[in-house]
Amino acid sequence: MAQAVFTAGRTSAWSAPRWRPRQASVLAFALLAPSLLFLALFTYWPVAQVLWQSMHGQIRVGGPQAYVGLDNFQKLLADAAFRKALVNNLVYALGTVIPSLVLALGFAMALVKTTRVNALFRALFFLPVLIPLVAAASIFLFLFLPNVGLIDYHLAKLAISGPNWLGDPDIALWSIMALTIWKNAGYYMLFFLAGLQAVPADAYEAAILDGAGPWQRLRYVTLPYLKPTIGFVLVIGLLNVVTQVDHVFVLTKGGPSDSTNLLLFYVYQQAVENYDAGRAAAGTLVMLALLLVVTASSLRTLERSFGEKEP
Amino acid sequence: MSQASTGVATGEVSPKLGYAATLLVAALWMVPFLWMLVAAFNPESIGAGMASLVPSYIPTLANFREAWASADFPRYGLNTTIISLGILAVQVVTITLAGYAFARLEFPGRTLCFYLFLLQLMLAPVVLIVPNLTTIARLGLYDTLLGVMAPYFVSAFGTFLMRQAFRAIPRELEDAALIDGAGVFQRIGFIYLPLARPSLVAFSIVSVTAHWNEFLWPLMVINSPDLRPLTVGLASFTRGAEGAQAWGVIAAGTLLVSAPLLLAFALFQRAFVNSFVSSGIK
Repeated sequence: MAQAVFTAGRTSAWSAPRWRPRQASVLAFALLAPSLLFLALFTYWPVAQVLWQSMHGQIRVGGPQAYVGLDNFQKLLADAAFRKALVNNLVYALGTVIPSLVLALGFAMALVKTTRVNALFRALFFLPVLIPLVAAASIFLFLFLPNVGLIDYHLAKLAISGPNWLGDPDIALWSIMALTIWKNAGYYMLFFLAGLQAVPADAYEAAILDGAGPWQRLRYVTLPYLKPTIGFVLVIGLLNVVTQVDHVFVLTKGGPSDSTNLLLFYVYQQAVENYDAGRAAAGTLVMLALLLVVTASSLRTLERSFGEKEP
Repeated sequence: MSQASTGVATGEVSPKLGYAATLLVAALWMVPFLWMLVAAFNPESIGAGMASLVPSYIPTLANFREAWASADFPRYGLNTTIISLGILAVQVVTITLAGYAFARLEFPGRTLCFYLFLLQLMLAPVVLIVPNLTTIARLGLYDTLLGVMAPYFVSAFGTFLMRQAFRAIPRELEDAALIDGAGVFQRIGFIYLPLARPSLVAFSIVSVTAHWNEFLWPLMVINSPDLRPLTVGLASFTRGAEGAQAWGVIAAGTLLVSAPLLLAFALFQRAFVNSFVSSGIK
């Protein structure tokens, strides 16, 4: 658009003579320079480093870095803890994003009318978003405590002997997922509340005239209008699940027997506890690949949201 | 768009059943907060009865006193404040300049730049934690608050938000200033920034909330107890108190750490909600 303005020299106000294209480019890069400097330092350079490091390692303990080819990846794949973390992260992603999304849509539809009571409920669902994930984990530490903890204590009143929520390898990941859903559903609710504002009343009126029941209205009116919102929430959610592991630190440290280990926590363990930079880098690359898949498959959604293409 | 013209106002969005279900889920959602409050003011911090959700005692501040004494919360709070506001201060400069470039200037490589920024959106600094830590160490910023802040000095999300806001501002305003001889920084500072204030406020709230709550990156960068932010302080405090089974003290500490943002939310509810919605941009 603006390109045409510059080259064709149309009488748009912006083609004021003092602005020639070259000047605009120089100015643009001058303005982008601070951002690009930090992006280079903390995004591009680290990616390059991870690529290099993933193929290098110490052949002897304490020895110099040497090229080891795909050794790190082989070690990674041979490591049961890594395979576990990979599977866990996939289960964790689907098992938290989809329920949070469904709940958020439900909250938004029930609370869309702006009344005082609804405002209170919205606030209630939104509060978990504001408290730090480590703080939420500190609370849930007691909720999940075996026998005397909040959940087990109340289950006992119903004569149900509750499981060891964080100690049982079959249950621990699901307990952590419950915390994540509690933390995120209110955030996604906000996007759906905004999305619902865009559904025209006529659409519902027409649907009712056609004899559509509540489920049909949901299926044929609400959901089609919310499609872009659903797509956006899905992307944001999937990108988030890889970067949030604060609760794992407080609640389980990846245990018991790696049942709650997630990729980022695994990378942290390799780098900080095992001093295995090569394996940490290889693990990071796997994470990057997954993030890239999510981003690439949702590029359209992201472009629409962040508006590179003209409307 | 007026409210009356949407399906929202006619109430045709959800069945009545949905409301009952919401009530039930809302009760469930409240439980962790309720427990935090009840346990924090409980005179007994240890032992049976901590699982009650109904206070059966005269409230006391003893747990808060103990939490206050066993961890340096004021210091952690100060560190967190410095980190969040420091990041924001630099971000406002970088995202304003970059946002203007994307919104108003045509230059070769613009699309490429857009994608380069988009890359940062998916690669949160915490994903690149190991190489970023090396960089921070090489810059001599290990174990400094600046080291915690630096990777966040640029924000692709903020840049896009400002770009959208700047685009909505009529060019005629800038042209008028241009004719009056205003330089580019004057035009950005006196025309674009004031008019983009709502977006800037929205970004500030989202940014401060995110960095106030951040844990893993500061945990990696900070070594000295004196430089810990609230989240890292709380994690080590919880670890200590957990061993003593002092759940009342943990609840009090958690409440102390969560209180600033909860309080801000209580005061500026609408701004908070709007800012998070506009973080979805569109």
